[in-house]
Amino acid sequence: MTAANGTLTRGYRRRRLRNNLAGYAFLAPWLIGLIAFTSIPMLYSLYLAFTKYDSLSSPEWIGTANFANMFQDGVFWKSVGVTFKYVFILVPLRLAAALGVALILTTNHKGIGFYRTVYYIPSLLGGSVAIAIIWSKLWGSDGAINGLISAVTGQPYTYSWIGNPGTALYSLILLGCWHFGSSMLIFVSGIKQIPQSYYEAAVLDGAGPWQRFRYVTFPALTPVIFFNLVMGIINAFKAFSEALVITDGGPLNSTMLFALYIYKQGFTYFKMGYACAMSWVLLIIIGAFSAIVFRSSNYWVYYEA
Amino acid sequence: MQAACRHKAARALGFHIPAILLSIIMIYPLVWMISSSLKPNEEVFTTVTKLIPSRIVWENYVTGWQASGRYTYATFFKNSFTIAIWCTIGGVVSSSLVAYAFARIPFAGKKIWFAILMGTMLLPVQVLLIPQYIMFKGFGWINKYLPIIVPQFCGVPFFVFLNLQFMRGVPKELDEAAEMDGCGWLYKYLRIMLPLSVPSLITSGIFGFYWSWQEFLQPLIYISKPKLYPASIALKMFSDPNTQTNWAGLFAMTTLSIIPVVAVFMLFQRYLVEGVATTGLKG
Repeated sequence: MTAANGTLTRGYRRRRLRNNLAGYAFLAPWLIGLIAFTSIPMLYSLYLAFTKYDSLSSPEWIGTANFANMFQDGVFWKSVGVTFKYVFILVPLRLAAALGVALILTTNHKGIGFYRTVYYIPSLLGGSVAIAIIWSKLWGSDGAINGLISAVTGQPYTYSWIGNPGTALYSLILLGCWHFGSSMLIFVSGIKQIPQSYYEAAVLDGAGPWQRFRYVTFPALTPVIFFNLVMGIINAFKAFSEALVITDGGPLNSTMLFALYIYKQGFTYFKMGYACAMSWVLLIIIGAFSAIVFRSSNYWVYYEA
Repeated sequence: MQAACRHKAARALGFHIPAILLSIIMIYPLVWMISSSLKPNEEVFTTVTKLIPSRIVWENYVTGWQASGRYTYATFFKNSFTIAIWCTIGGVVSSSLVAYAFARIPFAGKKIWFAILMGTMLLPVQVLLIPQYIMFKGFGWINKYLPIIVPQFCGVPFFVFLNLQFMRGVPKELDEAAEMDGCGWLYKYLRIMLPLSVPSLITSGIFGFYWSWQEFLQPLIYISKPKLYPASIALKMFSDPNTQTNWAGLFAMTTLSIIPVVAVFMLFQRYLVEGVATTGLKG
Protein backbone atom coordinates (compact mmCIF):
# COMPACT_ATOMS: atom_id res chain seq x y z
CA MET A 1 0.00 0.00 0.00
CA THR A 2 2.67 2.48 1.05
CA ALA A 3 4.80 1.36 -1.82
CA ALA A 4 2.00 2.02 -4.25
CA ASN A 5 1.43 5.44 -2.71
CA GLY A 6 5.12 6.19 -2.97
CA THR A 7 5.26 5.43 -6.67
CA LEU A 8 2.12 7.49 -7.20
CA THR A 9 3.58 10.61 -5.62
CA ARG A 10 6.88 9.97 -7.31
CA GLY A 11 5.12 9.68 -10.65
CA TYR A 12 3.15 12.83 -9.89
CA ARG A 13 6.29 14.70 -8.89
CA ARG A 14 8.10 13.56 -11.99
CA ARG A 15 5.25 14.72 -14.17
CA ARG A 16 5.10 18.07 -12.40
CA LEU A 17 8.83 18.51 -12.91
CA ARG A 18 8.46 17.61 -16.56
CA ASN A 19 5.61 20.10 -16.97
CA ASN A 20 7.61 22.87 -15.35
CA LEU A 21 10.63 22.14 -17.50
CA ALA A 22 8.54 22.05 -20.65
CA GLY A 23 6.60 25.19 -19.67
CA TYR A 24 9.73 27.22 -19.12
CA ALA A 25 11.38 25.80 -22.23
CA PHE A 26 8.47 26.98 -24.37
CA LEU A 27 8.47 30.29 -22.55
CA ALA A 28 12.23 30.72 -22.93
CA PRO A 29 12.30 33.03 -25.98
CA TRP A 30 9.97 35.46 -24.27
CA LEU A 31 11.69 35.22 -20.88
CA ILE A 32 15.07 35.95 -22.47
CA GLY A 33 13.56 38.93 -24.25
CA LEU A 34 11.83 40.10 -21.10
CA ILE A 35 15.14 40.19 -19.26
CA ALA A 36 17.47 41.35 -22.04
CA PHE A 37 15.29 43.74 -24.03
CA THR A 38 12.73 44.93 -21.49
CA SER A 39 13.75 44.62 -17.82
CA ILE A 40 17.41 45.57 -18.05
CA PRO A 41 16.72 48.50 -20.41
CA MET A 42 13.93 49.69 -18.11
CA LEU A 43 16.18 49.66 -15.07
CA TYR A 44 18.89 51.39 -17.05
CA SER A 45 16.39 53.98 -18.26
CA LEU A 46 15.29 54.59 -14.67
CA TYR A 47 18.91 55.20 -13.72
CA LEU A 48 19.52 57.48 -16.71
CA ALA A 49 16.46 59.51 -15.77
CA PHE A 50 18.47 60.81 -12.82
CA THR A 51 21.55 61.60 -14.87
CA LYS A 52 22.85 64.00 -17.46
CA TYR A 53 23.86 61.94 -20.45
CA ASP A 54 24.75 62.97 -24.01
CA SER A 55 25.69 59.45 -25.23
CA LEU A 56 29.36 60.45 -25.63
CA SER A 57 30.64 61.10 -22.10
CA SER A 58 29.53 58.83 -19.30
CA PRO A 59 26.26 59.57 -17.44
CA GLU A 60 26.56 62.10 -14.62
CA TRP A 61 24.26 61.74 -11.60
CA ILE A 62 22.19 64.88 -11.12
CA GLY A 63 19.41 63.59 -8.85
CA THR A 64 15.93 64.83 -9.67
CA ALA A 65 17.14 67.77 -11.75
CA ASN A 66 15.66 66.34 -14.96
CA PHE A 67 12.22 66.19 -13.39
CA ALA A 68 12.63 69.68 -11.96
CA ASN A 69 13.66 70.94 -15.39
CA MET A 70 10.47 69.60 -16.90
CA PHE A 71 8.47 72.03 -14.79
CA GLN A 72 10.53 74.89 -16.25
CA ASP A 73 10.37 73.57 -19.81
CA GLY A 74 7.66 75.39 -21.74
CA VAL A 75 7.78 72.93 -24.62
CA PHE A 76 7.27 70.05 -22.20
CA TRP A 77 4.02 71.55 -20.89
CA LYS A 78 2.96 72.48 -24.39
CA SER A 79 3.57 68.92 -25.52
CA VAL A 80 1.63 67.47 -22.57
CA GLY A 81 -1.28 69.72 -23.47
CA VAL A 82 -1.11 68.83 -27.15
CA THR A 83 -0.97 65.13 -26.35
CA PHE A 84 -3.98 65.26 -24.04
CA LYS A 85 -5.94 67.17 -26.64
CA TYR A 86 -4.94 64.63 -29.29
CA VAL A 87 -5.87 61.63 -27.15
CA PHE A 88 -9.14 63.00 -25.79
CA ILE A 89 -10.47 64.15 -29.13
CA LEU A 90 -9.18 61.30 -31.27
CA VAL A 91 -10.08 58.30 -29.11
CA PRO A 92 -13.80 59.08 -28.53
CA LEU A 93 -14.22 60.29 -32.10
CA ARG A 94 -12.67 57.18 -33.60
CA LEU A 95 -14.60 54.87 -31.27
CA ALA A 96 -17.87 56.60 -32.11
CA ALA A 97 -17.14 56.37 -35.84
CA ALA A 98 -16.21 52.69 -35.52
CA LEU A 99 -19.32 51.87 -33.50
CA GLY A 100 -21.64 53.91 -35.70
CA VAL A 101 -20.41 52.37 -38.93
CA ALA A 102 -20.41 48.91 -37.37
CA LEU A 103 -24.08 49.32 -36.43
CA ILE A 104 -24.92 50.29 -40.00
CA LEU A 105 -22.86 47.43 -41.45
CA THR A 106 -24.71 44.85 -39.38
CA THR A 107 -28.05 45.74 -40.90
CA ASN A 108 -29.38 43.53 -43.63
CA HIS A 109 -28.21 44.93 -46.98
CA LYS A 110 -26.38 43.83 -50.08
CA GLY A 111 -22.73 44.74 -50.53
CA ILE A 112 -21.88 44.84 -46.81
CA GLY A 113 -18.69 42.85 -47.39
CA PHE A 114 -17.50 45.34 -49.97
CA TYR A 115 -18.02 48.35 -47.71
CA ARG A 116 -16.36 46.57 -44.81
CA THR A 117 -13.25 45.98 -46.93
CA VAL A 118 -13.12 49.56 -48.18
CA TYR A 119 -13.45 51.00 -44.67
CA TYR A 120 -10.87 48.62 -43.29
CA ILE A 121 -8.07 49.15 -45.82
CA PRO A 122 -6.98 52.57 -44.44
CA SER A 123 -6.29 50.96 -41.04
CA LEU A 124 -3.79 48.62 -42.65
CA LEU A 125 -1.83 51.49 -44.10
CA GLY A 126 -2.18 53.19 -40.75
CA GLY A 127 1.13 54.47 -39.57
CA SER A 128 2.97 54.18 -42.87
CA VAL A 129 5.26 56.96 -44.04
CA ALA A 130 3.63 56.80 -47.47
CA ILE A 131 0.25 57.81 -46.07
CA ALA A 132 1.80 60.50 -43.86
CA ILE A 133 3.41 62.06 -46.94
CA ILE A 134 0.11 61.95 -48.83
CA TRP A 135 -1.70 63.46 -45.86
CA SER A 136 0.74 66.36 -45.66
CA LYS A 137 0.14 67.08 -49.33
CA LEU A 138 -3.64 66.72 -49.11
CA TRP A 139 -3.87 69.30 -46.32
CA GLY A 140 -1.11 71.64 -47.50
CA SER A 141 -1.83 75.12 -48.86
CA ASP A 142 -1.82 73.86 -52.46
CA GLY A 143 -3.30 70.49 -51.52
CA ALA A 144 -6.37 68.67 -52.74
CA ILE A 145 -8.60 69.73 -49.83
CA ASN A 146 -8.08 73.40 -50.64
CA GLY A 147 -8.55 72.56 -54.30
CA LEU A 148 -11.95 71.07 -53.48
CA ILE A 149 -12.90 74.05 -51.31
CA SER A 150 -11.89 76.42 -54.09
CA ALA A 151 -13.91 74.43 -56.59
CA VAL A 152 -17.01 74.53 -54.39
CA THR A 153 -16.79 78.19 -53.32
CA GLY A 154 -15.41 79.45 -56.63
CA GLN A 155 -12.69 81.40 -54.83
CA PRO A 156 -9.03 80.40 -54.53
CA TYR A 157 -8.42 79.04 -51.06
CA THR A 158 -4.85 78.59 -49.84
CA TYR A 159 -5.08 78.19 -46.07
CA SER A 160 -2.43 75.72 -44.96
CA TRP A 161 -4.17 73.31 -42.62
CA ILE A 162 -0.93 71.74 -41.46
CA GLY A 163 1.03 75.00 -41.53
CA ASN A 164 -1.18 76.77 -38.98
CA PRO A 165 -0.98 76.11 -35.26
CA GLY A 166 -4.76 76.33 -34.96
CA THR A 167 -5.52 73.44 -37.30
CA ALA A 168 -2.35 71.33 -37.62
CA LEU A 169 -3.24 69.03 -34.73
CA TYR A 170 -6.73 68.48 -36.13
CA SER A 171 -5.31 67.23 -39.40
CA LEU A 172 -3.39 64.61 -37.39
CA ILE A 173 -6.56 63.76 -35.47
CA LEU A 174 -8.42 63.31 -38.74
CA LEU A 175 -5.69 60.98 -39.96
CA GLY A 176 -6.20 58.97 -36.77
CA CYS A 177 -9.95 58.85 -37.38
CA TRP A 178 -9.32 57.62 -40.90
CA HIS A 179 -8.09 54.39 -39.24
CA PHE A 180 -11.36 53.53 -37.55
CA GLY A 181 -11.60 50.30 -39.57
CA SER A 182 -9.92 47.86 -37.22
CA SER A 183 -12.10 48.87 -34.24
CA MET A 184 -15.06 48.72 -36.60
CA LEU A 185 -14.29 45.07 -37.47
CA ILE A 186 -14.14 44.19 -33.79
CA PHE A 187 -17.50 45.88 -33.18
CA VAL A 188 -19.08 44.16 -36.17
CA SER A 189 -18.25 40.71 -34.87
CA GLY A 190 -19.30 41.78 -31.37
CA ILE A 191 -22.70 42.86 -32.62
CA LYS A 192 -23.13 39.64 -34.57
CA GLN A 193 -22.63 37.63 -31.38
CA ILE A 194 -25.55 39.24 -29.59
CA PRO A 195 -28.34 36.62 -29.52
CA GLN A 196 -31.28 37.55 -31.73
CA SER A 197 -33.68 36.50 -28.95
CA TYR A 198 -32.65 39.58 -26.91
CA TYR A 199 -33.93 41.81 -29.67
CA GLU A 200 -37.11 39.79 -30.06
CA ALA A 201 -37.79 40.15 -26.36
CA ALA A 202 -37.11 43.89 -26.56
CA VAL A 203 -39.50 44.28 -29.48
CA LEU A 204 -42.18 42.40 -27.54
CA ASP A 205 -41.71 44.91 -24.74
CA GLY A 206 -42.31 47.65 -27.29
CA ALA A 207 -38.72 48.93 -27.59
CA GLY A 208 -37.96 51.24 -30.51
CA PRO A 209 -34.61 51.32 -32.38
CA TRP A 210 -32.98 53.71 -29.89
CA GLN A 211 -34.14 51.71 -26.89
CA ARG A 212 -32.93 48.49 -28.52
CA PHE A 213 -29.53 50.10 -28.90
CA ARG A 214 -29.53 51.63 -25.43
CA TYR A 215 -30.70 48.53 -23.53
CA VAL A 216 -29.55 45.60 -25.68
CA THR A 217 -26.74 46.41 -28.11
CA PHE A 218 -24.78 48.88 -26.02
CA PRO A 219 -24.64 46.85 -22.76
CA ALA A 220 -23.72 43.71 -24.71
CA LEU A 221 -20.92 45.58 -26.45
CA THR A 222 -19.42 47.22 -23.36
CA PRO A 223 -16.61 44.63 -22.99
CA VAL A 224 -15.60 45.28 -26.62
CA ILE A 225 -15.84 49.03 -26.15
CA PHE A 226 -13.70 48.70 -23.05
CA PHE A 227 -11.00 46.77 -24.92
CA ASN A 228 -10.98 49.28 -27.77
CA LEU A 229 -10.91 52.20 -25.37
CA VAL A 230 -7.86 50.89 -23.51
CA MET A 231 -5.93 50.04 -26.66
CA GLY A 232 -6.97 53.31 -28.29
CA ILE A 233 -5.77 55.44 -25.38
CA ILE A 234 -2.44 53.62 -25.14
CA ASN A 235 -1.77 53.82 -28.86
CA ALA A 236 -2.76 57.48 -29.04
CA PHE A 237 -0.35 58.37 -26.24
CA LYS A 238 2.40 56.60 -28.18
CA ALA A 239 1.62 58.28 -31.54
CA PHE A 240 4.80 59.46 -33.13
CA SER A 241 5.60 58.90 -36.80
CA GLU A 242 2.63 60.84 -38.24
CA ALA A 243 3.66 63.93 -36.31
CA LEU A 244 7.30 63.52 -37.27
CA VAL A 245 6.63 63.11 -40.98
CA ILE A 246 3.71 65.49 -41.47
CA THR A 247 4.55 68.46 -39.25
CA ASP A 248 7.75 67.59 -37.37
CA GLY A 249 6.07 68.88 -34.23
CA GLY A 250 5.40 72.33 -35.65
CA PRO A 251 4.14 74.92 -36.31
CA LEU A 252 4.98 76.53 -32.96
CA ASN A 253 5.06 73.09 -31.33
CA SER A 254 1.32 72.76 -31.90
CA THR A 255 1.75 69.09 -32.90
CA MET A 256 4.63 68.28 -30.56
CA LEU A 257 3.17 65.01 -29.31
CA PHE A 258 4.85 63.77 -26.17
CA ALA A 259 6.40 60.71 -27.83
CA LEU A 260 7.88 62.93 -30.53
CA TYR A 261 9.30 65.34 -27.96
CA ILE A 262 11.00 62.46 -26.17
CA TYR A 263 12.53 61.33 -29.46
CA LYS A 264 13.75 64.83 -30.22
CA GLN A 265 15.31 65.35 -26.81
CA GLY A 266 17.04 61.99 -27.06
CA PHE A 267 18.14 61.74 -30.65
CA THR A 268 18.19 65.32 -31.97
CA TYR A 269 19.50 67.20 -28.91
CA PHE A 270 21.17 64.14 -27.34
CA LYS A 271 19.75 64.93 -23.92
CA MET A 272 19.28 61.26 -23.22
CA GLY A 273 18.92 61.54 -19.46
CA TYR A 274 16.20 64.13 -19.87
CA ALA A 275 14.48 62.03 -22.53
CA CYS A 276 14.51 58.99 -20.21
CA ALA A 277 13.00 61.05 -17.42
CA MET A 278 10.23 62.15 -19.75
CA SER A 279 9.63 58.61 -20.95
CA TRP A 280 8.95 57.64 -17.34
CA VAL A 281 6.47 60.45 -17.07
CA LEU A 282 4.77 59.05 -20.18
CA LEU A 283 4.74 55.58 -18.64
CA ILE A 284 3.16 56.94 -15.46
CA ILE A 285 0.54 58.87 -17.43
CA ILE A 286 -0.38 55.79 -19.50
CA GLY A 287 -0.43 53.64 -16.37
CA ALA A 288 -2.67 56.13 -14.58
CA PHE A 289 -5.16 56.34 -17.42
CA SER A 290 -5.24 52.58 -17.88
CA ALA A 291 -5.90 52.23 -14.16
CA ILE A 292 -8.71 54.79 -14.30
CA VAL A 293 -10.36 53.05 -17.25
CA PHE A 294 -9.98 49.64 -15.58
CA ARG A 295 -11.45 50.96 -12.33
CA SER A 296 -14.33 52.65 -14.07
CA SER A 297 -15.12 49.45 -15.94
CA ASN A 298 -16.86 48.13 -12.80
CA TYR A 299 -19.53 50.74 -13.34
CA TRP A 300 -20.22 50.48 -17.02
CA VAL A 301 -18.89 47.20 -18.43
CA TYR A 302 -21.37 44.32 -18.31
CA TYR A 303 -20.00 40.81 -18.35
CA GLU A 304 -22.49 38.06 -18.84
CA ALA A 305 -22.56 35.78 -15.83
CA MET B 1 -47.58 45.57 -52.37
CA GLN B 2 -46.26 48.44 -54.45
CA ALA B 3 -45.90 50.58 -51.34
CA ALA B 4 -43.89 47.80 -49.72
CA CYS B 5 -41.58 47.64 -52.73
CA ARG B 6 -41.11 51.37 -52.70
CA HIS B 7 -40.39 51.30 -49.00
CA LYS B 8 -37.78 48.61 -49.57
CA ALA B 9 -36.11 50.59 -52.34
CA ALA B 10 -36.05 53.72 -50.19
CA ARG B 11 -34.48 51.75 -47.35
CA ALA B 12 -31.80 50.38 -49.69
CA LEU B 13 -31.04 53.84 -51.02
CA GLY B 14 -30.93 55.26 -47.51
CA PHE B 15 -28.24 52.72 -46.78
CA HIS B 16 -26.22 52.71 -49.98
CA ILE B 17 -25.95 56.46 -50.59
CA PRO B 18 -24.25 57.27 -47.26
CA ALA B 19 -22.22 54.05 -47.48
CA ILE B 20 -20.90 54.96 -50.91
CA LEU B 21 -20.16 58.54 -49.83
CA LEU B 22 -18.15 57.24 -46.90
CA SER B 23 -16.35 54.81 -49.23
CA ILE B 24 -15.34 57.73 -51.43
CA ILE B 25 -13.99 59.67 -48.45
CA MET B 26 -12.08 56.65 -47.17
CA ILE B 27 -10.54 55.78 -50.50
CA TYR B 28 -9.98 59.32 -51.77
CA PRO B 29 -6.44 59.79 -50.38
CA LEU B 30 -5.33 56.57 -52.04
CA VAL B 31 -6.95 57.38 -55.37
CA TRP B 32 -5.42 60.87 -55.21
CA MET B 33 -2.01 59.37 -54.60
CA ILE B 34 -2.25 56.94 -57.51
CA SER B 35 -3.62 59.61 -59.81
CA SER B 36 -0.84 62.05 -58.82
CA SER B 37 1.74 59.37 -59.48
CA LEU B 38 0.59 59.21 -63.09
CA LYS B 39 0.35 62.94 -63.79
CA PRO B 40 3.01 65.03 -65.49
CA ASN B 41 5.06 66.36 -62.58
CA GLU B 42 4.21 70.02 -63.18
CA GLU B 43 0.50 69.21 -62.99
CA VAL B 44 0.54 67.47 -59.60
CA PHE B 45 -0.20 70.63 -57.59
CA THR B 46 -1.84 72.69 -60.31
CA THR B 47 -4.61 70.19 -61.00
CA VAL B 48 -5.03 68.83 -57.48
CA THR B 49 -8.73 68.16 -57.78
CA LYS B 50 -8.56 66.33 -61.10
CA LEU B 51 -8.28 62.63 -60.46
CA ILE B 52 -7.81 61.78 -64.13
CA PRO B 53 -4.40 62.90 -65.45
CA SER B 54 -4.32 64.90 -68.68
CA ARG B 55 -1.96 62.22 -69.95
CA ILE B 56 -0.64 59.12 -68.25
CA VAL B 57 3.06 59.44 -67.42
CA TRP B 58 4.41 56.00 -66.57
CA GLU B 59 7.95 57.45 -66.58
CA ASN B 60 7.27 58.80 -63.08
CA TYR B 61 7.75 55.23 -61.90
CA VAL B 62 11.13 55.16 -63.61
CA THR B 63 12.34 58.55 -62.43
CA GLY B 64 10.96 57.94 -58.95
CA TRP B 65 12.69 54.55 -58.82
CA GLN B 66 16.06 56.19 -59.49
CA ALA B 67 15.62 58.26 -56.31
CA SER B 68 18.35 60.91 -56.15
CA GLY B 69 21.65 59.26 -56.64
CA ARG B 70 23.66 56.19 -55.84
CA TYR B 71 20.93 53.97 -54.52
CA THR B 72 17.63 53.24 -56.18
CA TYR B 73 14.41 51.91 -54.74
CA ALA B 74 15.60 48.46 -55.77
CA THR B 75 17.91 48.72 -52.75
CA PHE B 76 15.33 50.28 -50.44
CA PHE B 77 12.59 47.78 -51.22
CA LYS B 78 15.02 44.90 -50.93
CA ASN B 79 16.03 46.20 -47.50
CA SER B 80 12.40 46.51 -46.44
CA PHE B 81 11.77 42.93 -47.52
CA THR B 82 14.81 41.66 -45.63
CA ILE B 83 13.63 43.35 -42.43
CA ALA B 84 10.01 42.34 -42.91
CA ILE B 85 10.74 38.68 -43.64
CA TRP B 86 13.04 38.14 -40.67
CA CYS B 87 10.80 40.06 -38.30
CA THR B 88 7.78 38.09 -39.44
CA ILE B 89 9.45 34.70 -39.10
CA GLY B 90 10.84 35.62 -35.69
CA GLY B 91 7.57 36.99 -34.38
CA VAL B 92 5.42 34.11 -35.61
CA VAL B 93 7.66 31.25 -34.47
CA SER B 94 8.50 32.59 -31.02
CA SER B 95 4.98 33.80 -30.27
CA SER B 96 3.48 30.44 -31.16
CA LEU B 97 5.84 28.64 -28.75
CA VAL B 98 5.11 31.06 -25.93
CA ALA B 99 1.39 30.90 -26.56
CA TYR B 100 1.49 27.10 -26.35
CA ALA B 101 3.06 27.24 -22.90
CA PHE B 102 0.23 29.48 -21.69
CA ALA B 103 -2.49 27.56 -23.50
CA ARG B 104 -1.67 24.00 -22.48
CA ILE B 105 1.23 23.36 -20.16
CA PRO B 106 0.56 23.58 -16.41
CA PHE B 107 3.69 25.11 -14.88
CA ALA B 108 4.51 27.01 -11.72
CA GLY B 109 4.11 30.78 -11.91
CA LYS B 110 1.98 30.73 -15.05
CA LYS B 111 -0.49 33.34 -13.82
CA ILE B 112 2.19 35.82 -12.84
CA TRP B 113 4.01 35.48 -16.14
CA PHE B 114 0.80 35.93 -18.02
CA ALA B 115 0.03 39.12 -16.12
CA ILE B 116 3.51 40.42 -16.95
CA LEU B 117 3.01 39.56 -20.61
CA MET B 118 -0.23 41.53 -20.71
CA GLY B 119 1.47 44.36 -18.86
CA THR B 120 4.19 44.64 -21.48
CA MET B 121 1.48 45.34 -24.06
CA LEU B 122 0.83 48.61 -22.23
CA LEU B 123 4.49 49.54 -22.15
CA PRO B 124 5.26 52.49 -24.41
CA VAL B 125 8.19 51.82 -26.72
CA GLN B 126 9.62 55.24 -25.78
CA VAL B 127 10.68 53.98 -22.36
CA LEU B 128 12.92 51.37 -23.95
CA LEU B 129 14.14 53.46 -26.86
CA ILE B 130 17.17 55.11 -25.31
CA PRO B 131 18.49 52.31 -23.09
CA GLN B 132 18.06 49.84 -25.97
CA TYR B 133 19.89 52.22 -28.27
CA ILE B 134 22.80 52.46 -25.84
CA MET B 135 22.83 48.71 -25.38
CA PHE B 136 22.71 47.88 -29.10
CA LYS B 137 25.35 50.50 -29.78
CA GLY B 138 27.50 48.64 -27.27
CA PHE B 139 26.90 45.41 -29.23
CA GLY B 140 28.10 47.17 -32.41
CA TRP B 141 24.62 46.84 -33.92
CA ILE B 142 24.36 50.36 -35.34
CA ASN B 143 23.73 50.25 -39.08
CA LYS B 144 22.64 46.65 -38.80
CA TYR B 145 19.13 45.23 -38.86
CA LEU B 146 19.75 43.18 -35.73
CA PRO B 147 18.21 45.74 -33.30
CA ILE B 148 15.02 45.59 -35.34
CA ILE B 149 14.94 41.83 -35.95
CA VAL B 150 16.34 40.13 -32.84
CA PRO B 151 13.71 41.39 -30.33
CA GLN B 152 11.01 39.95 -32.61
CA PHE B 153 12.46 36.49 -31.96
CA CYS B 154 11.55 36.94 -28.29
CA GLY B 155 7.82 36.85 -28.85
CA VAL B 156 5.43 39.67 -29.68
CA PRO B 157 2.81 40.04 -26.90
CA PHE B 158 -0.01 40.76 -29.35
CA PHE B 159 0.78 37.62 -31.38
CA VAL B 160 1.10 35.51 -28.24
CA PHE B 161 -2.34 36.71 -27.23
CA LEU B 162 -3.76 36.05 -30.69
CA ASN B 163 -2.37 32.51 -30.85
CA LEU B 164 -3.37 31.83 -27.27
CA GLN B 165 -7.00 32.76 -27.94
CA PHE B 166 -6.99 30.43 -30.91
CA MET B 167 -5.31 27.52 -29.10
CA ARG B 168 -7.83 27.73 -26.27
CA GLY B 169 -10.47 26.87 -28.83
CA VAL B 170 -8.72 23.65 -29.90
CA PRO B 171 -10.31 20.66 -28.13
CA LYS B 172 -8.13 19.10 -25.44
CA GLU B 173 -9.32 15.58 -26.32
CA LEU B 174 -6.80 15.55 -29.16
CA ASP B 175 -3.98 16.04 -26.65
CA GLU B 176 -5.28 13.33 -24.38
CA ALA B 177 -5.14 10.73 -27.12
CA ALA B 178 -1.47 11.56 -27.68
CA GLU B 179 -0.86 11.52 -23.93
CA MET B 180 -2.13 7.93 -23.74
CA ASP B 181 0.59 7.05 -26.18
CA GLY B 182 3.11 8.67 -23.85
CA CYS B 183 4.00 11.59 -26.09
CA GLY B 184 5.78 14.63 -24.67
CA TRP B 185 4.86 18.30 -24.92
CA LEU B 186 7.14 19.02 -27.85
CA TYR B 187 5.59 16.18 -29.83
CA LYS B 188 2.07 17.30 -28.93
CA TYR B 189 2.91 20.85 -29.94
CA LEU B 190 4.52 19.93 -33.25
CA ARG B 191 2.14 17.17 -34.27
CA ILE B 192 -1.19 18.36 -32.91
CA MET B 193 -1.28 22.06 -32.09
CA LEU B 194 0.96 23.47 -34.79
CA PRO B 195 -0.97 22.09 -37.78
CA LEU B 196 -4.29 23.07 -36.20
CA SER B 197 -3.24 26.62 -35.37
CA VAL B 198 -2.25 27.53 -38.92
CA PRO B 199 -5.00 30.19 -39.14
CA SER B 200 -3.69 32.14 -36.15
CA LEU B 201 -0.13 31.70 -37.41
CA ILE B 202 -1.17 33.26 -40.69
CA THR B 203 -2.98 36.12 -38.96
CA SER B 204 0.05 36.95 -36.86
CA GLY B 205 2.27 36.56 -39.91
CA ILE B 206 0.21 39.11 -41.82
CA PHE B 207 0.33 41.64 -39.01
CA GLY B 208 4.02 40.95 -38.51
CA PHE B 209 4.63 41.67 -42.16
CA TYR B 210 2.59 44.88 -42.13
CA TRP B 211 4.21 46.31 -39.06
CA SER B 212 7.76 45.51 -40.02
CA TRP B 213 7.24 46.60 -43.63
CA GLN B 214 6.02 49.98 -42.43
CA GLU B 215 8.35 50.22 -39.43
CA PHE B 216 9.78 53.69 -39.17
CA LEU B 217 11.00 54.53 -35.69
CA GLN B 218 13.53 51.71 -35.26
CA PRO B 219 15.31 52.12 -38.64
CA LEU B 220 15.24 55.88 -38.09
CA ILE B 221 17.35 55.40 -34.98
CA TYR B 222 19.60 52.54 -36.01
CA ILE B 223 20.13 52.98 -39.75
CA SER B 224 22.06 55.97 -41.03
CA LYS B 225 23.70 54.56 -44.17
CA PRO B 226 21.58 55.19 -47.30
CA LYS B 227 22.64 51.78 -48.61
CA LEU B 228 20.73 50.19 -45.72
CA TYR B 229 17.60 52.40 -45.74
CA PRO B 230 14.31 50.57 -45.86
CA ALA B 231 11.65 52.14 -48.09
CA SER B 232 9.95 53.90 -45.16
CA ILE B 233 13.09 55.88 -44.34
CA ALA B 234 13.92 56.52 -48.00
CA LEU B 235 10.44 57.94 -48.61
CA LYS B 236 10.78 60.20 -45.59
CA MET B 237 14.21 61.40 -46.70
CA PHE B 238 13.03 62.17 -50.22
CA SER B 239 9.88 63.98 -49.07
CA ASP B 240 11.67 67.07 -47.83
CA PRO B 241 9.77 69.96 -49.45
CA ASN B 242 12.98 72.01 -49.74
CA THR B 243 14.83 69.53 -51.90
CA GLN B 244 12.17 67.37 -53.54
CA THR B 245 10.98 68.54 -56.93
CA ASN B 246 9.86 65.30 -58.56
CA TRP B 247 6.65 64.85 -56.56
CA ALA B 248 5.00 62.66 -59.16
CA GLY B 249 7.99 60.32 -58.90
CA LEU B 250 7.77 60.30 -55.11
CA PHE B 251 4.05 59.49 -55.25
CA ALA B 252 4.87 56.67 -57.66
CA MET B 253 7.13 55.22 -54.97
CA THR B 254 4.61 55.70 -52.14
CA THR B 255 2.15 53.84 -54.35
CA LEU B 256 4.60 50.98 -54.88
CA SER B 257 5.34 50.88 -51.15
CA ILE B 258 1.73 50.11 -50.27
CA ILE B 259 1.25 47.46 -52.95
CA PRO B 260 2.69 44.60 -50.86
CA VAL B 261 0.36 45.55 -48.00
CA VAL B 262 -2.73 45.60 -50.18
CA ALA B 263 -1.66 42.40 -51.98
CA VAL B 264 -1.21 40.51 -48.73
CA PHE B 265 -4.57 41.79 -47.58
CA MET B 266 -6.30 40.59 -50.73
CA LEU B 267 -4.70 37.15 -50.44
CA PHE B 268 -5.39 36.57 -46.77
CA GLN B 269 -8.43 38.71 -46.10
CA ARG B 270 -10.39 36.00 -44.39
CA TYR B 271 -7.71 35.23 -41.81
CA LEU B 272 -7.21 38.87 -41.04
CA VAL B 273 -10.83 39.70 -40.44
CA GLU B 274 -11.30 36.69 -38.18
CA GLY B 275 -8.07 37.41 -36.35
CA VAL B 276 -9.03 40.97 -35.56
CA ALA B 277 -12.43 39.82 -34.40
CA THR B 278 -11.24 37.13 -31.98
CA THR B 279 -8.57 39.18 -30.23
CA GLY B 280 -10.92 42.05 -29.67
CA LEU B 281 -13.78 40.01 -28.40
CA LYS B 282 -12.29 37.78 -25.84
CA GLY B 283 -10.04 40.49 -24.43
